[in-house]
Amino acid sequence: MTEADFNIVLPEVILAVFAMAALLFGAYGGKDKTAPMILWASAGLMALMAVWIGVSGEGTHTPFGGMYVDDAFSRFAKVVILLSGSAILLMSEAYLARRGLLRFELPILVVLATIGMMVMVSAADLMTLYMGLELQSLSLYVVAALRRDSVKSTEAGLKYFVLGALSSGMLLYGASLVYGFSGTTLFSGIIQTASDGHVSLGLLFGLMFLITGLAFKVSAVPFHMWTPDVYEGSPTSVTAFFATAPKVAAMGLFARVLFDAFGGVTADWGQVIAILSVASMFLGAVAAIGQRNIKRLMAYSSIAHMGFALMGLAAGTAFGVQAMLIYMAIYVTMNIGTFAFILSMERDGVPVTDIDALNQFSKSEPLKALAMLVLLFSLAGVPPLVGFFGKFYVLRAAVDANMTWLAVAGVIASVIGAFYYLRIVFYMYFGEEGDGIDGHMTPVSWAMLMASAAIMVVGVANLFGIEALAAAAADALVK
Amino acid sequence: MENLLSIITFMPLVAALILAVFLRGDDPAAQANAKWLALIATSATFVVSLFVLFGFNPADTGFQFIEEREWLMGLKYKMGVDGISVLFVMLTTFLMPITIAACWNVETRVKEYMIAFLVLETLMLGVFMALDLVLFYLFFEAGLIPMFLIIGIWGGKDRIYAAFKFFLYTFLGSVLMLVAMVAMFVDAGTTDIPTLLNHTFASETFPVLGFQVVGGMQTLLFLAFFASFAVKMPMWPVHTWLPDAHVQAPTAGSVVLAAILLKMGGYGFLRFSLPMFPVASDIWAPFVLWISAIAIVYTSLVALAQHDMKKLIAYSSVAHMGYVTAGIFAVNQQGIDGAIFQMLSHGFISGALFLCVGVIYDRMHTREIDAYGGLVNRMPAYALIFMLFTMANVGLPGTSGFIGEFLTLVGIFQANTWVAAVATSGVILSAAYALWLYRRVVMGDLIKESLKSITDMNTRERAIFAPLVVMTILLGVYPSLVTDIIGPSVTALITDYHAALPVDQVAAVAAH
Repeated sequence: MTEADFNIVLPEVILAVFAMAALLFGAYGGKDKTAPMILWASAGLMALMAVWIGVSGEGTHTPFGGMYVDDAFSRFAKVVILLSGSAILLMSEAYLARRGLLRFELPILVVLATIGMMVMVSAADLMTLYMGLELQSLSLYVVAALRRDSVKSTEAGLKYFVLGALSSGMLLYGASLVYGFSGTTLFSGIIQTASDGHVSLGLLFGLMFLITGLAFKVSAVPFHMWTPDVYEGSPTSVTAFFATAPKVAAMGLFARVLFDAFGGVTADWGQVIAILSVASMFLGAVAAIGQRNIKRLMAYSSIAHMGFALMGLAAGTAFGVQAMLIYMAIYVTMNIGTFAFILSMERDGVPVTDIDALNQFSKSEPLKALAMLVLLFSLAGVPPLVGFFGKFYVLRAAVDANMTWLAVAGVIASVIGAFYYLRIVFYMYFGEEGDGIDGHMTPVSWAMLMASAAIMVVGVANLFGIEALAAAAADALVK
Repeated sequence: MENLLSIITFMPLVAALILAVFLRGDDPAAQANAKWLALIATSATFVVSLFVLFGFNPADTGFQFIEEREWLMGLKYKMGVDGISVLFVMLTTFLMPITIAACWNVETRVKEYMIAFLVLETLMLGVFMALDLVLFYLFFEAGLIPMFLIIGIWGGKDRIYAAFKFFLYTFLGSVLMLVAMVAMFVDAGTTDIPTLLNHTFASETFPVLGFQVVGGMQTLLFLAFFASFAVKMPMWPVHTWLPDAHVQAPTAGSVVLAAILLKMGGYGFLRFSLPMFPVASDIWAPFVLWISAIAIVYTSLVALAQHDMKKLIAYSSVAHMGYVTAGIFAVNQQGIDGAIFQMLSHGFISGALFLCVGVIYDRMHTREIDAYGGLVNRMPAYALIFMLFTMANVGLPGTSGFIGEFLTLVGIFQANTWVAAVATSGVILSAAYALWLYRRVVMGDLIKESLKSITDMNTRERAIFAPLVVMTILLGVYPSLVTDIIGPSVTALITDYHAALPVDQVAAVAAH
C-alpha cells in the first residue's frame, strides 16, 4: 500500500531526490562552476516530469489516507507549472551569468519551489496544503534576495518574507479554525460539514482567513501590496519565475480549497471572490498607467490578470474552473514570451527597465518588435489573439453564473488596461529616437519570445487542444 | 467552389505573409515590389470576389456560399453572405486596390504599410462574412490593431493622441457588445448567427438595480450592441474620435476608415440589432431617429466652421451616417434600402473626397482650406473631379448620393414626419458646406504664390479616380443595380421584424 502511494508521488520524489543530490554535487563539486550544468539538468528534468505526468497520468488517486490527490486537475496544473518553470530556468541562464548571479543554489531552489507547488495543487488536506505552500514560499523568499549586494533585491526578499509570513499566519489561523469547527483537516471531511448552505460561523471565519492567505499568494487586491516591490527588486529572471509558475500553483490551490473543501457552499464564497476579482482587475489596470518601469508594470499587469482568473473561480462552476485553467495556461505562455524579451532589455551591458528605452525599437529590430506587439495585444485581450480567448472563457463563466455585472466590470477594466499595453507599443513603433537598447538576445530567449508570440497567433485555430484537457481537469475537481 | 469566401478573405493575409517573410531591404526597388505585390493581391481579391457577386442569387433571402467548420467551445468558423452583406464585401474588395494605389507616394516603412492594409482588408472582409458571433467579434475588433498602427506610424502631427483615442473609444464600445454576445451565447446556447436570427430573446420587463427595464433582456442586449455600433458608425454624440482619427490618418487610412470601416456599424445594426432584438429596436427607434436628426443638423453646422479640409469631410461623413441610422431605424423598405445604398455610395464618395484632399496634400503638405484658392487655373482635371464628388456629396440627382439620401428620407418620412423635416434641412446644409469648400479651394483667381507652380493630376491619380467616378454616376442613374440585390433580403428582414413585434406594437405602427 505504501509502495503504491509512493508510486503516485514519484515525480515529486524524483525531483526532491534530484534537488538534494544536486545540492551535494554543487557543494562538493566546484560550487558555482557547476551551476550551468545543474541548471540545465533541472530544466531538463522538470520538462521530462511534465511530459511524464502529462502522458502517463490517468484517473483519480488519493494516496496517504486521502491527504494527497492525483487527478486530472492536479496533472493539468503540474504540467503548466513544470513547463513554465523549465522555460524560465533556460532563458535565465545567460542573464544570470552576465550579472554574476549564476549560483548553483538557484536552480535547486527553483526545483524545491516547484515541488512545493506540485504539492499545493495536489493537496487534499490542510496539512498538505500548508506544507506545500511553505516549501514553495521559503524557496522563493531566498530566490528573491538572490542579489545579495543589491539593496533593492534584499529589500524585495525581506518584504516578500515578512508579508508572506503574515499571509501564512492568516492561512494557518484559518486552517485551525476550519479544523476546530469541522473536526478534520481532510478536505473530503470538511466538505461534508460545510454543505447544504448550512455552514457554522466559525467555519465561515476559517474560510475567510484561508481566502485571505491565498489571496496574498495570488496577489489579489487588497492583498497585493508586495507584488510591485518584489517584482521590481528581484533579478529579472526571478521576477519572470514569480509571474508564472507560483501564480498557477496558488490559483490551483485556491480552486482546490474552494471546491474540494467548500464546494458545497459556493454561495458563501462566490461573492467574496467576485469582489477580489473586481478589485484586482481595476487596481491592476489603473495603477499600471503611471508606471514607467516595465517590471512594475508587469506586476500590475499580473494583478489584473489574476483578477480575471478569479472571475472564473467566482462563477463557482465546473466551466468556471475550466475557464480559469485555460486563462492561467494562456497567461503563463504570454508572460514567458514577454519576460524573455524583458530579460534582453539592456544597454551597454546594464539592464534597463524604463519603457522609454524601447523608443523606435521596431526600426532596429522589426521582428522582435512584432513579436512583442503580438504579445502586448494578446495581454490586453484584443482579438484575434489567444489572450482574447482567455478573457472570453472567464466572461462566459461569469455570465453563465448570473454574474453579468462582474463580466461588465471586467471588460471595462480591460479597456483601461489596454492603455498601458498600447503605450509600450507606442514607444516601440511611434516613439522618438532615443538611446534605445542593444537588442541582443540569447538564442534561447529569442526562441521563447518567438514561440510565445507564434502561439498567440496560431493558437486561435484550436488553442492546441487544451480546452478538452482543462474540461477534464475541471470535471475532476468540481463534482 | 466550397471555400470561396475563405479564399477571398484570406488572400490579402497570405500576400501580407509573403511580404513579411520574403521581402527584404528598404531600397526603392523593394518598396516598389511591396507596392506592386499589394496592388496585385488586392486586385486579385477583387477579381475573385466577382465570382461571389455573379454567383449570388438575389431571390434567395437566406445565406449563400456557406462554409462551416467546428471551432472551440461550440463556436464555429462559419462564413456566408446574404443580400445585405454581399455588397459590402464587394465594396471592400473594390476599394482596396484603389486605396493601395493611393499610397504610392509613401516612402517610410513601405513594406509594413502594405502589410497593415492587407491584414486590414482580411479583417474587414471577415466582418461582413462571419456567421458566428464570436468570429464576427474577432474580425470586428482585430481591425483596430492595423488601424491603430496606420494612424500611429504614418499619421500626421498629433497622430499619437488620435491613435489612442481611436483605439480606446472603439474598444470601450465593443467590449460591452462582447458581454452581450456572451449573454446571448448563454441564453441561446449557440453563436450561430442564422440560428440566432430565429431565436427570440426574452422581452418581458424586469428590474435592474431598481429600474424597470422595458423590453427586458432585449433592451439590455440592444443597448450593448448599440454602444459598439454607435461608436463605430459614428453617431452623435460619440463621434468625436472620428475627426481626430481622420485628420491624423494618412490619406489611404482615411479612405479605408471613411469608406469601409464606418460601414461596419450600419452593417451591425442590420445584421444584429434589428433582426435579433426587434422589440427593443422598436422601443428605441424614436430615440435613434431623433439623435440621427440631431447628428445631421449639428455635424453639418460644425462642418461649416472647419478650417481643415479633412475635418470638414469627416464631419460631413458623420452627417451622412445620420441618414443611414435614421433610414435603418425607420424600418421600412425605402428606409433600409436607402440606408444600404447610402453606405455604399458614401463609400465611393467619401473615399474619393479624401483622395481629392490627398492629391493636393501631396503637393502642398497642408490641409488648411485658407492655403488654397483658384486651383482651377492650374488643375482643371482636378477641379472637374473634385466638383463631381462635391456634387455627389451634396446629393445632386444623377449621382449615387442623391439616391441614398432620397430613399432614406422617403423611409424616414413614413416613420416620423418631424424627423424627416429636420433631416431634410441637412441636405441644404450639406450643399452649403460642400459648395463653400469647393469655392474656397478651387474657384477664384490663383493669387497665392505657393500655388503658382502646382501641377495637375498625373496619370496614376486619374486612374485611381476613374473607377470611383464610374461607380458614382452608374449607381446614380441605375440604382436598381444595388436595390435588386438587396431588395429581397431587406423585405425578408422587415417582414420578420414586424412579425416579431407584439400585437399591440404592430397595431400602433399600423395606426401611425
